[in-house]
Amino acid sequence: MTTILKAAAAAAAILVAAGSLHAEEGLVDQLRQPTLDALKGKTVAFVPMSMSFDLPEGWAAVMQKEADRLGYKLDIRDANWSTDTGTRAITQLITEKPDILVVQNFDVTSYARTLKRAEEAGIKVIQVNMRSSYQTDAFVGADWYGIGQYAANRMIEKCGTGAGKSGKIAIIQGPATAAASVYQLNAITETLKGRDDIKIVSSQTGDWDQSKARGIAQTVIQQNPDLCGIIGFWDVMDAGTGAAIAESGKDIYLITSGGGNKTACQGIQNGTFDEVISYDVPGQGRDLNNTIKVLLQSGSSANGLKFALYTPNKILTKDTLQPDSCWDLDELKK
Amino acid sequence: MTQPEPAASVPRGPSMSSWRRFRLTQEIIVALTAAALFIVFALTLDNFLSQGNILTLIRNVAVLGMLSVGMAVVVIGRGVDLSLVAVMAVSLTLAIVLANVGYSFPLALLIGLAFVLLVALVTGFLIAYVEIPAIFATLAIAAIVYGLGRGVIAELDVNNVPDGLNWFIFLGRGSFLGVPLPIWVFAAMALVVHLFLRKTGLGRFIYAIGDNLSTARISGIPVRPMIIAQYALSGLMAFLAGAVTAASVASMNMRVVNSTMIYDVLLVVILGGIGLSGGRGGVRNVLVGTVLIGLLLNGMTIMDISYTVQNLIKSTVLLGALVVDALLNPRDEQTSQQGDI
Repeated sequence: MTTILKAAAAAAAILVAAGSLHAEEGLVDQLRQPTLDALKGKTVAFVPMSMSFDLPEGWAAVMQKEADRLGYKLDIRDANWSTDTGTRAITQLITEKPDILVVQNFDVTSYARTLKRAEEAGIKVIQVNMRSSYQTDAFVGADWYGIGQYAANRMIEKCGTGAGKSGKIAIIQGPATAAASVYQLNAITETLKGRDDIKIVSSQTGDWDQSKARGIAQTVIQQNPDLCGIIGFWDVMDAGTGAAIAESGKDIYLITSGGGNKTACQGIQNGTFDEVISYDVPGQGRDLNNTIKVLLQSGSSANGLKFALYTPNKILTKDTLQPDSCWDLDELKK
Repeated sequence: MTQPEPAASVPRGPSMSSWRRFRLTQEIIVALTAAALFIVFALTLDNFLSQGNILTLIRNVAVLGMLSVGMAVVVIGRGVDLSLVAVMAVSLTLAIVLANVGYSFPLALLIGLAFVLLVALVTGFLIAYVEIPAIFATLAIAAIVYGLGRGVIAELDVNNVPDGLNWFIFLGRGSFLGVPLPIWVFAAMALVVHLFLRKTGLGRFIYAIGDNLSTARISGIPVRPMIIAQYALSGLMAFLAGAVTAASVASMNMRVVNSTMIYDVLLVVILGGIGLSGGRGGVRNVLVGTVLIGLLLNGMTIMDISYTVQNLIKSTVLLGALVVDALLNPRDEQTSQQGDI
């Protein structure tokens, strides 16, 4: 009996000791180290349209933080508003072979071949916000079709038969070949198909420039004194559209879209815009970081995965505005 | 030596003697084209003739007109200023950035103005004393000024005017006697420069220098300081144009430097009939050129013609104007010796 008791006590002691030993060491996370190893020392190259406006500055700030935290390098090559400079930067990068290439396209065609070459050289390519006609590993950015569809439906609500308004609307696009213009315009046209109560009286490009947008809006308002609404394609440009509306003193519903920088919220507050569809740059930055991490960990070759993370739209109006609806670049960089 | 009197001032009175002296100058061709376009648009486009549309038409080209008046002064003096748009964008950006970090806005504007004059001084010095051709000097200056703007002065392209500056915004959005303020500013500037060119000795010097620099120098005109003065004047016009732009949209966008605006300015000046060989033309030519461009832009916007096609039409008109200029003002012995700018 005593032998049995002694054996039981000894077994219990071993179990307790083993248990406490286990608690001290904790469960080993088998995934952590390989993940960190997959990211450390890697290079992510970013070729934005230009590092001089809110969107690329915001994405870069968010990507830089994660690069610092996880020990990979973010290398920015500024295309400075020139497709030629951008193409040269990407071509140069193809020889330097970064692990990931993040590209913001000017339009749907210019970089298509170069991006294909980058992937053939084994570089995984992420396109941000502005897509090219060539589908690379991943796209992270605004759902332009969805934005166009939403804007058109809002115009139906605000200007259509139900609203008792003229139904006349105008569109102020970005450059005609930019992804934002191409897909949005397509969505607007399809949504308004068969709607006799809505008439697009003008569809012009403001070329992302406020003064140009202001001039166009002013002419169109003069020409159509009963204009009901304007769909603009970028809030920074549409500051000019809003100025023309304010100058005319007319009640014209202005809906636009943008990255949700604090100027968008200020524009809603001071009445420049009635509605901003925000694609939320900090959120896109987080999507970009996640995509970078997925691609660096994935064993697939370049062009092995093809996926898109469309940013959920955040609707900013006087009613939905919250203190944290918009972001501030200085804060984002901290 | 040809007369420094501008070719555009050929009298057009109804008397027989005037008709005999009538010459089909480019200014007249452009004026006739503008009149024809005006009639066509008035007949075919609804609301074109409304007072509001005519004011919008002029208002939309007021900034272009102001820049063109500045360019005209330089071209008359046989120079060219390709840095106008860069100077316009960067000087106002400087003022806005300073205002945003706490300077009072009038002081910030004065610093912007000082920047413009400093740039003009350097440009004028390079052209007048170092004798670098104006086209290269101003091209380089444009790149340097834009580089300063992007690299040193501001982080972002678009900089917003601080809130609460209603007096400044009024300059771009307000109106007086039913006419928008930018039109008033343009008109006042055009008048001042016109009087300067025609009624002051300094203005006549510019014609003389543009017509024949060597003769001007021999005649005792202080040619080099006058060249610096030309660039100071064009810089001043750029600054005013920038102020009107910034007031209109409550911000300044440096990206405009990369646009086709400087070519539009040249288009207005050459189209209006101010020959690139210098010494000819005046503010009236700029007005005619501005009106034609304004009509084209307004009509094309109303007709909903795409941006690319608009650029195509504008460029074709510029080429046409150059051809007409070459036909009407053929190269003579003097220009072939001196060369164009």
